[in-house]
Amino acid sequence: MKIYLDNNATTPVKGEVLDAMLPFYREQFGNPSSVHWAGRMVSGAIEKAREQVARLINCSPAEIIFVSCGSEGDNFAIKGTADALKHKGNHIITTSVEHPAVLETCEFLEKQGFAVTYLPVDEHGMLDLAELEAAITDKTILISVMWANNEIGNIYPMAKIGEIARRHNVRLHTDAVQAVGKIPVDVQQAKVDMLVLSGHKIGAPKGVGAMYLKRGTRITRFMHGGHQERNRRAGTHNVAGIVGLGVACELAQQNLEKDYRFIRGLRDKLEQGILNSVPDVKLNGHPDADLRLPNTLNVSFNYIEGESLLLFFDMKGIAASSGSACTSGSLEPSHVMSAMGVDIVLAHSSIRFSFGADNTEDEVDYILTELPSIVQRLRDMSPLYHRQEPTPLHCDECRMVHKV
Amino acid sequence: MYTEKVMDHFSNPRNVGEIENADGVGEVGNASCGDIMKIFLKVEDGIIKDVKFKTFGCGAAIATSSMVTELAIGKTLDEALVLTNQAVADALDGLPAAKMHCSNLAADALHEAIKDYKQKHS
Ligand SMILES: Cc1ncc(COP(=O)(O)O)c(C=O)c1O
Repeated sequence: MKIYLDNNATTPVKGEVLDAMLPFYREQFGNPSSVHWAGRMVSGAIEKAREQVARLINCSPAEIIFVSCGSEGDNFAIKGTADALKHKGNHIITTSVEHPAVLETCEFLEKQGFAVTYLPVDEHGMLDLAELEAAITDKTILISVMWANNEIGNIYPMAKIGEIARRHNVRLHTDAVQAVGKIPVDVQQAKVDMLVLSGHKIGAPKGVGAMYLKRGTRITRFMHGGHQERNRRAGTHNVAGIVGLGVACELAQQNLEKDYRFIRGLRDKLEQGILNSVPDVKLNGHPDADLRLPNTLNVSFNYIEGESLLLFFDMKGIAASSGSACTSGSLEPSHVMSAMGVDIVLAHSSIRFSFGADNTEDEVDYILTELPSIVQRLRDMSPLYHRQEPTPLHCDECRMVHKV
Repeated sequence: MYTEKVMDHFSNPRNVGEIENADGVGEVGNASCGDIMKIFLKVEDGIIKDVKFKTFGCGAAIATSSMVTELAIGKTLDEALVLTNQAVADALDGLPAAKMHCSNLAADALHEAIKDYKQKHS
């Protein structure tokens, strides 16, 4: 049995998407910027995809810029704004739970002389909008808040944030990589100025994404070179990838309600099943499921380190992910868990299950059968389980390694 | 990412558990790094008769704990004291570079347990 529950990491390319793409590797191989027949054959395809993407998020096609991935979009939006508006101010507001594509871009800008406010979140991973508003100064040039969080699935109230940004006349960027295709995303309604989405999270291939740039929004180029994308982003188009992204957006729009209901049903079943059958489990993220993505479940299995749990799941064919340090590639567990003030052991114990439309109820049943014994086996191995004495918390060596 | 030996020791860890009234107990690691290893010893006539472990940690942490118990059983205390973390990693055909810091502490835990034994029996 192979069960894929890591759709927030990436998704398989949908059949319809791949079918639509293949001709653009074969017969329709031209460069859309060329004037001859081979170029003409493909330029229409790019524009069609642009319309498909625009329709999903309710903007005009001219406001869509194709990029190579979500990370590029976030870099472009933030660095491009910082440069274009540096005469106005040097202050950026973002949150402490953003994806590294945003966080590290902001940290880079801090080194260039920008000041960044990283808004804290509460224990449920939620923002205080009064705090956001209070952080705005006459030097604030950008607010960047993700539409939905990749680790815990929390959905941030973009329409309310949009209103605040508008009221203060501050530009708003949102990393909607995890929101698009899972919940309704409407840039008009939310009043955002820039939005970023990524193909491989919604059934399109890796290596393609898009940025919505509201008409009239000034931005400094990020990728220099040719005149593609109306001079806003250089680089020969990833034609097949863009075509795939268009089709994936169209499918997302058609299936949004149906997928939401189906996926949420599976997620809720797994969530309830785990909380009811395994003791000492903590749900990470907002307890109100309406305020989380329908597909994401993040839970901490106390006393167990996340990677070892993932490896045992893997032996049973179950693919999930973890916020533990061992899997994040750093020496510290997930910054999202830290921002929420999650206990350090629980942060290392966190597991994320993220569903897609291909998952089935049988898979959920299988997981619920296998999981309790795996958890118990690892707990029986853990010196933290039934521990009397205090748990050693600090590592001097790590601190040193982390600081250099 | 892990060798076959690591996966073998991880999925079928040897000598898991505690020894009641152990002759020596050692614990290393911390929750911050996400690895805590605890080793229990039974010693007779200066020879390690039994070792058990409990570990909170990733695959490498559990596999190195399991391996160190195998390497230590039957050794004299002095022989066990010269066992290094590197030797444990080598016995597992190596560990990923990222795991060499936090997760490769099993020999340290063994040495702590021996120290504890020596303190109690001096
Ligand atoms: C919230 C969020 N933003 C940005 C990204 C980066 O997207 P990409 O992998 O397309 O660069 C991801 C993907 O992990 C994400 O989850």
